[in-house]
Amino acid sequence: MAVTQLIGARVQRREDPRLITGHGRFIEDHTLPGLTHLAVVRSPHPHALILGIDTAAARALPGVLAVLTAADFHKVLSGSMPVTPAFAPEKKYVPERFPIAEREVCFQGEPVAVVVANDRYLAADAADLVHVTYEPLPAVVDPEGAMNPGSPLVHTDGPDNIGWDMTYAGGDIDAAFSRAEVVVKERIIQQRLAPTAMETRGVMASYSPYSEDLSLWLSSQNPHFIRLFVSGAMGIPESRVRVVSPDVGGGFGSKISPYPEDYLVPAASKLLGRPVRWIETRTESVMTTIHGRGQVFTAEAAALRDGTLLGLRLTQVLDLGAYHGTFGAFQACACLMAGGVYRWEAISARTVGVLTNKVPTDPYRGAGRPEGTHLCERMVDRMADELGMDPAELRRKNFAREFPFVNNFGLTYDSGNYDGTLDRALELSDYQGWRQRQAAARAEGKLVGIGLSTWVEICGFGPSAATAGATGGIALVESAQIRFLPSGSVAAYVGTHAHGQGHDTTFSQLVAETLGVPLEAVDLRHGDTAEGPAFGYGTYGSRSLSVGGMALYTASQEILAKARKLAAHLLEASPDDLEFTAGAFTVRGNPQAKKTIQEVALASYGGNLPAGMEQGLEAVSHFDPPNFVWPFGAHVCVVEVDRETGAVEILSYTGVDDCGNVINPMIVEGQVQGGIAQSIAQALFEEVVYDGESGQLVTGTMLDYLVPTMNELPTPKLDRTVTPSPTNALGVKGIGEAGTIAASAAVINAVCEALRPLGIHHVDMPASPDRLWRLMQEAGR
Amino acid sequence: MGQTLRVTVNGEARSDEVEPRLLLVHYLRETCGLTGTHVGCDTSQCGACTVLLDGAAVKSCNMLALQADGAEITTIEGLAPEGGLHPLQTAFWENHGLQCGYCTPGFIMAAAALLAENHDPSDEEIGRGLEGNLCRCTGYVNIRKAVKAAALAMREGAAAPIGG
Ligand code: FES
Ligand code: FES
Repeated sequence: MAVTQLIGARVQRREDPRLITGHGRFIEDHTLPGLTHLAVVRSPHPHALILGIDTAAARALPGVLAVLTAADFHKVLSGSMPVTPAFAPEKKYVPERFPIAEREVCFQGEPVAVVVANDRYLAADAADLVHVTYEPLPAVVDPEGAMNPGSPLVHTDGPDNIGWDMTYAGGDIDAAFSRAEVVVKERIIQQRLAPTAMETRGVMASYSPYSEDLSLWLSSQNPHFIRLFVSGAMGIPESRVRVVSPDVGGGFGSKISPYPEDYLVPAASKLLGRPVRWIETRTESVMTTIHGRGQVFTAEAAALRDGTLLGLRLTQVLDLGAYHGTFGAFQACACLMAGGVYRWEAISARTVGVLTNKVPTDPYRGAGRPEGTHLCERMVDRMADELGMDPAELRRKNFAREFPFVNNFGLTYDSGNYDGTLDRALELSDYQGWRQRQAAARAEGKLVGIGLSTWVEICGFGPSAATAGATGGIALVESAQIRFLPSGSVAAYVGTHAHGQGHDTTFSQLVAETLGVPLEAVDLRHGDTAEGPAFGYGTYGSRSLSVGGMALYTASQEILAKARKLAAHLLEASPDDLEFTAGAFTVRGNPQAKKTIQEVALASYGGNLPAGMEQGLEAVSHFDPPNFVWPFGAHVCVVEVDRETGAVEILSYTGVDDCGNVINPMIVEGQVQGGIAQSIAQALFEEVVYDGESGQLVTGTMLDYLVPTMNELPTPKLDRTVTPSPTNALGVKGIGEAGTIAASAAVINAVCEALRPLGIHHVDMPASPDRLWRLMQEAGR
Repeated sequence: MGQTLRVTVNGEARSDEVEPRLLLVHYLRETCGLTGTHVGCDTSQCGACTVLLDGAAVKSCNMLALQADGAEITTIEGLAPEGGLHPLQTAFWENHGLQCGYCTPGFIMAAAALLAENHDPSDEEIGRGLEGNLCRCTGYVNIRKAVKAAALAMREGAAAPIGG
C-alpha cells in the first residue's frame, strides 16, 4: 500500500471540533422527557448473607418512585450474566450471576437494591435510607490462599474456589530442562489495576410498553454485544432493542463486558414505565467497574551457558474476583504469549483462575499480553544477569527470525523484524552512550539502570476459526456497510466503535482513498445498532483497523466492482477496458471517455442500467481475517533510583514499534504515547489494594489510586519501522495496546538493573518509593 | 427551598432558583444546558469540571452553585466567540492533544487561566498549572505541546500590528 494523499497522512481529526468546544455527546449529556434517576444500593461487605432489606424509609421520601430488589427484577430479567470460554475453555466452576444479589453478596459494591427518583440527589439520599441487614462471612482475599482445600469459600454454595485449572503444553518441557546449564526462577506479581476511563460508566434506558421496544444508551465499546445480552435477559426480540453508544470517554477494556447496571436500568424502566438513567460515580467506578491484571506468576527459565534459551515453565494464578468476567479468561493469553519474540524448545504454562471476594477482573488494555511480555522480558533479563551477558545480546541471540514463525503453542506470527526495531531503539536511545554514563554514575555510587523490552503481541481478533469457539458462538469478524447516496455523498457504517482512537478520521481516510472521493464526502458512522449491518463486533484487542478497516475496504471493493460495470455500460465499453484512478473510470487509450464515481453513483439511481442490475450503489461486507496480526517493537528505559527516598526518575524513554502500514501517523503516535503512559503508571504508581484481612477496598478514590498527572510522566522518543502484515490487503496490524504491552517491562528491568549493585534481583510493581526503600533497607545498605 | 442565584454565564446574565445543595457543575450542565463541562470524579482530583470563575480556574464540582452568586463564569462553550476557536482549542486540535476528549474541556479551561497569567510558560510551569487535571488517554505529551503552541500563537497574535 503506497503512501497516497490520504493513506499515511497526518490528517487532523474530524471528531475534534465538537470535543474541543464542549459539544461532544457523552452518555450523561443525553436526557429524555420525564427522565428518572437511579441510584444503586451496594454491599459494604465483601462477603455476607442478606438477612433483610427494609425499604420503607426510602420509599417514604417524597420524589422517590420505587425501591427495587432482586424479587422485583426476577419479573423482567432471567438467566445468568454471560461467561465466554476465551482461552480457558475447560472451566471447573462458574458461579451463577444474577445482576443483583438476593441471598448472598460476594464482593464489596455488589448491587443489593436500586432506588429510582425524580432527581439524582434525591435518589442518592434515598439509597442511604435503604436498610440492609447482613450477616458478614469470611472474605477470601488472597488468590493463592483461596486455592487451598481448607480455604473459606467465595460462594457458600460453591464446591471450592477454582474457576479453572489447565496447562498449555508447548513442547517437551522436561527434555528442555534436562539440558539446562543455567536455570533462573522468579515470582512475579501483576497487581490489580483500575482501568479508570475518565468518563465513568453510564446507562439510560427507555422501554415502551406500547411498542414493546427498548432504547438503551450506554457508554460501551461494543453496543451490539450489549444488545444481544440485554435482549436475551429481558426476553425482548433483539430487533426491538436499540443500543446507542455515543461519544465514549475512554474504555481501555472496561466497557466491553456487560455490567449489572446494563440490565438493571432497562429493567427498571420496564417496571416503572419511565425512562431511567444511572451515571456511575468515580467511587462506584473504582469499586465496581472491572479491574485488570491481578495475577501471580511463578516461572523458571532454562538456558545453555552460551545464552541459547531452552525452556520456560510457568504458573499463572489469576484472581478472578467473585464471578468470572465475561471475557475474563482472555487474560490466560499471558500463557500463550509468554515466549515473546524468542525461540524456545518448550514452554509449559499452567493457568489457574481463582475466585476471590473482589470485583471481577476482565480485559484491561493489553489483557494478558502485558503480563506475558512482562514475565518473558523479566526472565530474559534475569538470565542475562545470571550469564553476565548484555541483555541486548541475549535477546538477539534468541530472536525469531523466519516468518511466518510458529510459536510453541502453534500460533503463527505473520511477519516481524525484531532486529530492526531493536537496532533502531538502541540507536535512538543512545544505548551505548547510556552504558558509559551508567558506568560513570555507578562509580559515583548512583543507582542507574537501563531496561529493555522487546515485545510482540497477538491482536486483530480475529479469525472465525479461532474466535467463534472462544466467544461461545459468535466469530469476531467485522462488518461494514457503504452506501453512495444519489448526491455522491458516502455513508460508511462499521461495527467497531471508537472511544478515543479517532476512527472517524482514520476510517474516512481509508474509504475516501479507496473510493477516490474527497474526505469531506465520507460520513463515518458507528455505535448505533439501528444503523449499518445486522451485527458489529466492537473495539478491543487492537482489532479495529485490521478487521473493521478491512471490512470497510472489502465493502469499498464491492462498490467499485458494481460501479465499474455501470460505468462501462454508460461509456459503452467493456469493464475490462476501464481504468480507475483518482475517483474516475476512464476508457484505456481514450481519457476523454470518463465517468467519476460520483457520476456513476447518481446514474445508479436512474433507469439506464445494464440488464439485470438493480438500482443503488451500496454494499455490506464481512471481513474474516485469515490470521491474527502481530505488531512488535523494542523499548528502552533509563532510570535513576534515589538511594535515600527510593524514588524512581525516568531519565530517558524510547519506543520503536512496528504496526505494519499506517493510515494516520499522528493518531498512531498518540496511541503509543498514551499506551506507554498507562504502562508506566502500572510500573511505578497504580495498584488496587484490598485489606488482606477484612477484604475492604483501601484505594477507593482517586486520592488513593494514583493515576499519574503530567508531572510524573516522561516525553518518550518514538520511531517506527514498517513491516506490513501479509494477513490483510492493507498490510496493517494494530497499535492501541502496543505501548501498554511494552513499557512496564522496560521500566522494571531498568529499576532492577539500577538496584543490582545492592544485590537486588527483582522488584514487583508498582515500584513505589516505599517499596524500593524497604528493599534497599533489607538489602542491608 | 430554592434560593435565587444571579450569575453571568458566558456573557449572559441569568437568574435561577436553585437548591442550596446544588453543585455548580450540575447547575451549569443541567440548569444552563452547558454539557461541555464534565464530571470525572467525586473527590476533586480530575479537573474535568474546570471552568473560569471571574477569570480564575475552579473545579466546578467542588463548589455550590450559590457560592458563585454574582460571579462571571466562562465554560468551554463560551471560551471563543460563537463559531470561532480560541487559540488553545486550535492548538489542541492541531497537536492531537485529545483522544476521547472527555478531559479536554477541563484542560483547555485550566490552560486558559494559566496562559492569562503566564504568556510563555516553561514545561515545569505548564506541569504546575495543569497538575489538577488528569488525562487517561494521551500520556500528556501532546497536551503540553498544545499549550506551548497556543502560548506562542497568542504571543504572536498580541504582537501583530492592529489591523495587520
Ligand atoms: S469532577 Fe473531578 S475534579 Fe471536578
Ligand atoms: S483525552 Fe481521554 S481522558 Fe484525556
